[in-house]
Amino acid sequence: MHTVDAPRDAVIIGGNRIPFARAHKAYAGASTQDMLTSALNGLVARFALQGEQLGAVAGGAVLKHPKNFNLVRESLLGTPLDPRTPAHDVQMACATGMEAIGSLADKIRLGRIDSAVGGGVDSISDAPLVVSDALRGILMEANRAKTAGQRLKALARIRPGHLAPQAPGVDEPRTGMSMGEHMAVTAHQWGITRTEQDELALASHQNLAAAWDRGFFDDLVTPFRRVAKDDNLRPDSTLEKLATLSPVFGRDLGEEATMTAANSTALTDGAATVLLGSEEFAESRDLPQLATFVDHELAATDFVDGAEGLLMAPTRAAARMLTRHGLTFDDFEYVEIHEAFASTVLAQMKAWEDAEYCREHLGLDGALGRIDRSRLNVDGSSLAAGHPFAATGGRIVASLAKRLHGKPGKLGFISVCAAGGQGITAILEGR
Amino acid sequence: MIQRSPQSRPAAQPRPTDTYTALVNTELGRRIGRALGLPRPAPLRRHTPGAALADGPVLVLGETSGAEDIAQLLLRWGLDVRRHIGDEERLSGVVACFDAVSAPGDLQETVLRLADVQRQIAPSGRVITVLRDPQDARDPSVRAARRAVEGLTRSLGREMRAGATANGVVLQESLDAAAPGVAGVLRFLLSGRSAFVSGQFLSVDSVNGTLPEDWDRPLAGQVAVVTGAARGIGAAIARTLRRDGAQVIAVDVPAAGEALAAVANEVGGTALQLDITAEDAGDRILEHAEQRHGRLDVVIHNAGITRDKLLAHMDASRWSSVIAVNLEAQLRINRRLLASELFSHAPRIVSLASTSGIAGNRGQTNYAASKAGVMGMVAASAPELESRHGTINAVAPGFIETEMTAKMPMVAREVARRLNSLSQGGLPEDVAETVAFLASPAAGGTSGMTLRVCGQNLIGA
Repeated sequence: MHTVDAPRDAVIIGGNRIPFARAHKAYAGASTQDMLTSALNGLVARFALQGEQLGAVAGGAVLKHPKNFNLVRESLLGTPLDPRTPAHDVQMACATGMEAIGSLADKIRLGRIDSAVGGGVDSISDAPLVVSDALRGILMEANRAKTAGQRLKALARIRPGHLAPQAPGVDEPRTGMSMGEHMAVTAHQWGITRTEQDELALASHQNLAAAWDRGFFDDLVTPFRRVAKDDNLRPDSTLEKLATLSPVFGRDLGEEATMTAANSTALTDGAATVLLGSEEFAESRDLPQLATFVDHELAATDFVDGAEGLLMAPTRAAARMLTRHGLTFDDFEYVEIHEAFASTVLAQMKAWEDAEYCREHLGLDGALGRIDRSRLNVDGSSLAAGHPFAATGGRIVASLAKRLHGKPGKLGFISVCAAGGQGITAILEGR
Repeated sequence: MIQRSPQSRPAAQPRPTDTYTALVNTELGRRIGRALGLPRPAPLRRHTPGAALADGPVLVLGETSGAEDIAQLLLRWGLDVRRHIGDEERLSGVVACFDAVSAPGDLQETVLRLADVQRQIAPSGRVITVLRDPQDARDPSVRAARRAVEGLTRSLGREMRAGATANGVVLQESLDAAAPGVAGVLRFLLSGRSAFVSGQFLSVDSVNGTLPEDWDRPLAGQVAVVTGAARGIGAAIARTLRRDGAQVIAVDVPAAGEALAAVANEVGGTALQLDITAEDAGDRILEHAEQRHGRLDVVIHNAGITRDKLLAHMDASRWSSVIAVNLEAQLRINRRLLASELFSHAPRIVSLASTSGIAGNRGQTNYAASKAGVMGMVAASAPELESRHGTINAVAPGFIETEMTAKMPMVAREVARRLNSLSQGGLPEDVAETVAFLASPAAGGTSGMTLRVCGQNLIGA
């Protein structure tokens, strides 16, 4: 499937990620740079890219210290890749990985580059802490002081309260509400039930466990720091156990609160990478061609005044993308919807089935369509694997590409929502 | 125009393998060691690319057609070949040819000439005896004479000093000593590649095998799979095969993936995370080799596990896991490989056995069973490999300095180290060198055998 005007295909050759680990556990001592470097090293080893000068490496981290301004480039320099490979950082919240990969695919399709690695990394355990604005003001003033006296005078204003570090904000700056609270509002609006969410979470764990058991990740994951498997995975969970958990978001809804720690993603550390190239690049190096990265679409919602859901931007992106290609959900063999929360997946799917929403918000004549649940997140998703923000795009693209390999012409759909009311959807085609 | 000898670099400087060996080779250590009668392990000459095959003259003894062929061969390699030697000269090697003996009395003349020069053999020098296969002789006198050469060679190995070794080359009854396989074996034994091989016999049974254009890159253009490549001996094999020119597919279990990736990146190869006990392991190896390289020439079955327990305490999982990984996986993968067109052009299989499999080891009934099984598998598979001009052999390491042996109790480790003719443990590289040789095109005449890399260990001798 060629997109209009695309001179050539961008091919997904393969991927590599490190196992995702729950925050403050196995990777507590590792930096984001350590993790991304390790993921890149595994990719280089899988595809014999030692000494290779790639067209570009792009990725990012959502939680990033300013000292890591060149995170991807610095990580690359710790690998056997040719140091003349350029790299740049991307930042689009949880859609960072998708945006990095999508943009690189565009460059390959346009013939600007022949090969690329896209991905991302995040670590709650290595999150940068910042000082309070008040303390920062005093320190900057001291820095500007011309005499020792002026400097002392500035520093003398420091009070114990100034010294408390601030963790990076998880609340939406414009609403002051956390992502979970936003989602709770949306879930309530769409009437998403607790049971539906728990069932989706359980399926995620079961599908991911089955994929691990049959060796699906043998050529997608390389261990890191003695962790060989996603450690958030709970293969033996049951609906009964999930039902015992108390809601953690939307608690002001009282009895109608539905979102628990099990049907919301856990904070996780991890890194993921995807190798892309032109057909010629893959052929000349005898590399596999798992799938074509056909297209991707960015969208945003008007969430600040509550007119639209914070995590509903993929509904807009999908409408535009599918219309452009003349496709419906029935045309997709596999559907990957990032499980920020179980209710995110369910709300997006309900929205696409809702003629009124599709007319009013997506500009369509009627409902976009229903997604066959047997095609959804068939190898598990973020509820089970975890969600190191910027790494999720790479995880999904590599897994879906492997799923589609050997099924030429079959299509896969991806939806990833992001903070700030943004989102990305994408289409892959099997080879 | 002056032509320089291709072997213009001196032989590599020997390096000690352990602290004791380093100490006893200092001036003070030498004096103390001699006074106390302690073992004196010598730093061994090991192979490095470009190193000379031999620094000094090589003496060829015996008035046989084999001796003539071998002398010609060594001359073509640019060696200083002698049929006689002065009293003062240091010898890099002696090739003593007994390939025409038909009665025990036939040995004496050559043996006494060897005796005359034994003290002139340089540190890390080589004695190589050449004989016909005793099994091929029906006449009791002929077979007795041939077996006598074996006993001579083994005892000579025990008498060697300063890192020198003695090994034998066993020729099949009608094989011409000019066969490529004989050249391959001789070169291996003369070189630093065989540093930790002593008291052993390498058979050459067929005219198969081809000699490389560049002896430093005998595996140029070839594709080799190494299982258990993430660490230890497997990682050393991957490095050595790469040095010899091969493209390496490094295989290990997914859980060892991080170390495996580091090895693959070091050798510029690919990492293939794979549980070799999986039913489809052979298919996945073939698929990977086909896709990435379009060929597969060499498979090294190095992956192995130990689950030591006295038999009285043995349980089903300890027994079955060792048999499954060390033996059944190899059998299954070999069946799959040998059914494939990809692995049909003079293929090479080398399996890791163990001296435990030869001599037995307390607490290792499961491990020794699996490793003895490997030797049986190798011997029985040789005819099938032969049908495609391929070979299959096993290498049985003795005491090797690895992470595993480093964890042994100190006294046990010291004893184990010294219990061989070279009075020291081998290095993973020593095993890797032998594996790489058996994997090379020049080793095409050698198949179905188990070669020990043990410094002529007393155990299982």
